[in-house]
Amino acid sequence: MGEIWNNAGLWIEYITRPVREWLLDPSGPGHKIALMVVAIALFGVVMGGILLLVDRSRRAPGWLVTVAFVGPALAALAFGLVYPALRTTYSSFFNRNGSEYVGFDNYAQAFTQAEFQLVLRNTALWVLLVPLLATFIGLVYAVVVDRTRFEKLAKTLMFLPMSISMVGAGIIWRFMYEYRQTEAEQTGLLNQVLVSLGFDSKQFLLDAPENNVFLLIVMVWIQAGFAMTILAAAIRAIPDDIVEAARLDGLTGLKMFRYITIPSIRPALVVVLTTIAMATLKVFDIVRTMTNGNFGTSVVANEFYEQSFRQFNQGLGAALAVILFILVIPIVIYNVRQMRLSEEIR
Amino acid sequence: MTTTPPPPQAFEKAEPDEVEGGTAPGVDTGRKSGRTSRRQLGTLAKQRLSNPWASGIAIVIALLWTVPTFGLLVTSFRPSGAIRDNGWWNALNPFDSETGFTFTLQNYSDAMTGSTNLADYFVNSLVITLPAVFIPISIALLAAYAFAWIDFRGRDVLFVAVFALQIVPIQITLIPLLTQYVDWGLAGSFWTVWLSHSIFALPLAIFLLHNFMKDIPPSLVEAARVDGAGHVKIFFQVLLPLLVPAIAAFAIFQFLWVWNDLLVALVFGSAQDVRPLTVHIAELAGTRGQTWHLLSAGAFISMVVPVIVFLSLQRYFVRGLLAGSVKG
Repeated sequence: MGEIWNNAGLWIEYITRPVREWLLDPSGPGHKIALMVVAIALFGVVMGGILLLVDRSRRAPGWLVTVAFVGPALAALAFGLVYPALRTTYSSFFNRNGSEYVGFDNYAQAFTQAEFQLVLRNTALWVLLVPLLATFIGLVYAVVVDRTRFEKLAKTLMFLPMSISMVGAGIIWRFMYEYRQTEAEQTGLLNQVLVSLGFDSKQFLLDAPENNVFLLIVMVWIQAGFAMTILAAAIRAIPDDIVEAARLDGLTGLKMFRYITIPSIRPALVVVLTTIAMATLKVFDIVRTMTNGNFGTSVVANEFYEQSFRQFNQGLGAALAVILFILVIPIVIYNVRQMRLSEEIR
Repeated sequence: MTTTPPPPQAFEKAEPDEVEGGTAPGVDTGRKSGRTSRRQLGTLAKQRLSNPWASGIAIVIALLWTVPTFGLLVTSFRPSGAIRDNGWWNALNPFDSETGFTFTLQNYSDAMTGSTNLADYFVNSLVITLPAVFIPISIALLAAYAFAWIDFRGRDVLFVAVFALQIVPIQITLIPLLTQYVDWGLAGSFWTVWLSHSIFALPLAIFLLHNFMKDIPPSLVEAARVDGAGHVKIFFQVLLPLLVPAIAAFAIFQFLWVWNDLLVALVFGSAQDVRPLTVHIAELAGTRGQTWHLLSAGAFISMVVPVIVFLSLQRYFVRGLLAGSVKG
């Protein structure tokens, strides 16, 4: 009996191996594209089949219909987010290969060792400066281009960096920061400006600690378009009678901005600031592309990658991921609370 | 967090001019209010324009936001020797007989073929991105429908839980997921990348699509129900056609997110056969950081698709933003 089963197993293996290989190990572009089409079709057929079954069977109980609709999503989330998050939290209390329980040692290391304190300091700098600068610049730009003849073009220009990858943005800016000796012909625009003004050329990405600022400018450059879009819409939504009344009271220019515009768009400002702060906290691509975390520029998200996938220190990597998670929570709570408040006012 | 969280209504009164065609339910509720005294505001705007400070600031910021990209774009068309010798601005000087206005496509053909071979990775990016957009949207649409229109026990609690999952940083999930994929023998295939991107997109997709679905008048759904339509029929025939703008908005987010992603691709898809453009270009930047003729062309090869998608579908993108979120 057992032999038959073994044979059957072999047969199944024999028949399915080419299928498996075709599905898992595509060779060449044509095969890859075919695989993509098959994957989409397969998924469509499975989902459609489930729905069709639920629809056709007259006596399908209510709960079955519900499960068919929410089941796939909940199963995917449980498998891909909830379980791994718990698992990572668990591993953060173990040593580098998960063999020994170490309590809070990983966290202690992350908060007390000088090299990780530097990482935390850099992250704090990013999370503080990027939202403030991006929001400020986005707001100013939204106000000055609002209802001008070039408004649409002007907005698109600031918006475009949002559509490109952070890797691309990192390369664009690394080229801006390109360094040559002062006497040499400059190839980086910023150093050319410095040299033309009579200064020495500067190693923008090497000189700590200000290199952190030059890195985070890239994130500001990417996020300002987001801030501008949301804030421009919020400014448009200020009721005209308020603006009108303020104008009759003699408010103009900067005063109008300070006493009417800012208070009116406060909820949108908070949402923009917190959203950018959350995105900044997780930023990793920019640092990796531009300095690879060297020269004292690493941030938590980058250090997580470094520890987990380069140093293979799973415990510490997990602890850094958990720290990242914990740092996001207060920002989110503030965000949700502000949203609730602005609801109530209305 | 005990009840259904409100959709971010701070923006509902927004009246973005970019948002035109199509009728996004819910986004344009406040549209009428701003119309009355447009003209007065127009005069205001003229005053503002006449303010030289304002125009000056606008021009400076616009330049700061375009010159970096423009510089690299110019560089990508310069001969590699010229790139090493002097700055890209020299190429714009028509009186410079040596390097002024000498452009070539050589960098692009070098980057696409040979050892950098970006053409292959371009295909990989495409193959990764399309299913990673299609799959989560389908799953999320069904779930959003259930959360909006099917009454079941624990619905509100579940919905809040899904909403809350948005804050989980994907970093925290990577290693357990990778272990799982290795156990299943899937590691290094496209399936892991598709699956991971799809899962990570779900919380935001469900939340956004649910908000749009809630804005569809219940009478429409009721009428279909009275006619004897089941949930499946209502979903496909009544709701889906109305949701096209919302789906487009999220599809663009997800497309840009996946195409531009580095982290997920590095962890799950860095095998030579699977890796997308971002991973390969990031590696080029790391190992051959001074080969600017390849890096510049490569960067633009990777940017061309998202920029086209973005420019042609900008209004949907803006609508998605104003509906209250971006992926963090």
